[in-house]
Amino acid sequence: MPDGATVKTAMLEIRDLQAFYGESHVLHGVNIDVRQGEVVTLLGRNGAGKTTTMRSIMGIVGKRNGSIRFQGKELIGMAQHRIPRLGIGYVPEERGIFSSLSVDENLMLPPVVKSGGMTVPQIYELFPNLQGRGTTQGTRLSGGEQQMLAIARILRTGADLILLDEPTEGLAPVIIEQIGVAVRKLKQRGFTIVLVEQNFRFAATIADRHYVMEEGHVVDMIPNDQLAQNMDKLHTYLGV
Amino acid sequence: MFDLLGVPPQVLFGQLLLGLINGSFYALLSLGLAVIFGMLNVINFAHGALYMIGAFVAWLLLTKLGLGYWWALGLSPLIVGLLGVVLEKTMLSRLYKLDHLYGLLLTFGLALIMEGAFRHFYGVSGQPYPIPDALKGGQNLGFMFLPNYRGWVVVASLIVCFGTWFAIERTRLGAYLRAATENPVLVQAFGINVPVMITATYGFGVALAGLAGVLAAPIYQVSPLMGSNLIIVVFAVVVIGGMGSILGAIVTGLGLGLLEGLTKVFYPEASNIVVFVVMAIVLLIKPAGLFGRER
Repeated sequence: MPDGATVKTAMLEIRDLQAFYGESHVLHGVNIDVRQGEVVTLLGRNGAGKTTTMRSIMGIVGKRNGSIRFQGKELIGMAQHRIPRLGIGYVPEERGIFSSLSVDENLMLPPVVKSGGMTVPQIYELFPNLQGRGTTQGTRLSGGEQQMLAIARILRTGADLILLDEPTEGLAPVIIEQIGVAVRKLKQRGFTIVLVEQNFRFAATIADRHYVMEEGHVVDMIPNDQLAQNMDKLHTYLGV
Repeated sequence: MFDLLGVPPQVLFGQLLLGLINGSFYALLSLGLAVIFGMLNVINFAHGALYMIGAFVAWLLLTKLGLGYWWALGLSPLIVGLLGVVLEKTMLSRLYKLDHLYGLLLTFGLALIMEGAFRHFYGVSGQPYPIPDALKGGQNLGFMFLPNYRGWVVVASLIVCFGTWFAIERTRLGAYLRAATENPVLVQAFGINVPVMITATYGFGVALAGLAGVLAAPIYQVSPLMGSNLIIVVFAVVVIGGMGSILGAIVTGLGLGLLEGLTKVFYPEASNIVVFVVMAIVLLIKPAGLFGRER
């Protein structure tokens, strides 16, 4: 990591995060730091706790404790619907396109929470596939287009931190390439992005740093420029 | 005058009008049930009792405070809606994490308590409620006589039904409602206060029942049992239209009212059961209902 980045302000600080679904204890003391303008990935096998970490940030797990600070504000204990209003946009793993809403309605659904969000023409420029599809039922789009729509609707809101949960899952390589181009453009625009990925080849093309998770906690942090030296270690972590 | 299949047109159109009026009430009530079921996943058995309370509030406003029909038309749905908000906040909202059956049992119990209370204070004989002066009299349409008040009920309920449909299917607020019906957790994760939306939806749904009660007061007697007489048919309407379907509730409500009217003309013996026969057939052929989506 270039030294310059460390002087940037902290966007997200997660300390000793514990999370529970009912009786099962899923996260066991997660520590993660994300600085403004960074793209950080969470890598790890299925069930390592990546998605749960994201859901904990949004407040949609059964119970959580520890500390999650976003721009200095503590999120644990905050009412669920206030968290996104601080400027956090969430793109869930299952994409969450609403079948009873048209593409336009899906796009316009999340309320604007801050000024400075992207305009609809800017969004169409980023995702040309969505243009002219406004009246189509949301779930009639292809998987890749639904993923683009799920990202697009967050960009309107002015959120500065975007949580992307497995944006490439189940998509064709050509679509993954398009999503990658879009994420890089978002980074250039100054968005801070936390990305859950199984596909670390994709992650390596866009991320600044990688957190590796195993069994509910972070076991390693690898800066992207040291990825090559750490390949063997990473292969062991991910079991690939 | 000409006859249709041996039936004088006055009889035919008279029954069709009655059917249309019943259908208007079915539509208003099943619309409220559909909105509530869609958002809360609760089968609101208290709907008939709240319809009855809507009519009683109108009657009480008139007899105790001297406030007439037009006041009641605004105030009564408001009062019933607020009662719904209180019921949702204090009781129903505690049951969402449990099986749907608990919501059904709670609202069924509430209905019994509300009806029992009104029975205790007002008996079962029913109280008359006068037609407002502006809507007295009627029109001779040539083929039939149309009482003004009945025409007004049909028009008013159509306006309210299609206004509600428009608000849900074509506006931004409606988009929130549809989205929250599908995936409340994600809508909450976009920064929308879903619990408040749920409370408001229940309040709105039962306010529609209150409005139906006011509209019904001058036609039927204001009686503690008026809701339970109607609600069973209304549930059949909701099942036929498809649980949670807005348009299904409206179209099926009006359609079945008319069908009942026609049955009264051509085969009166079956008029009380025709709705249930249709329900059985629809459930056999399309279990999700005419307008419902398979879940």
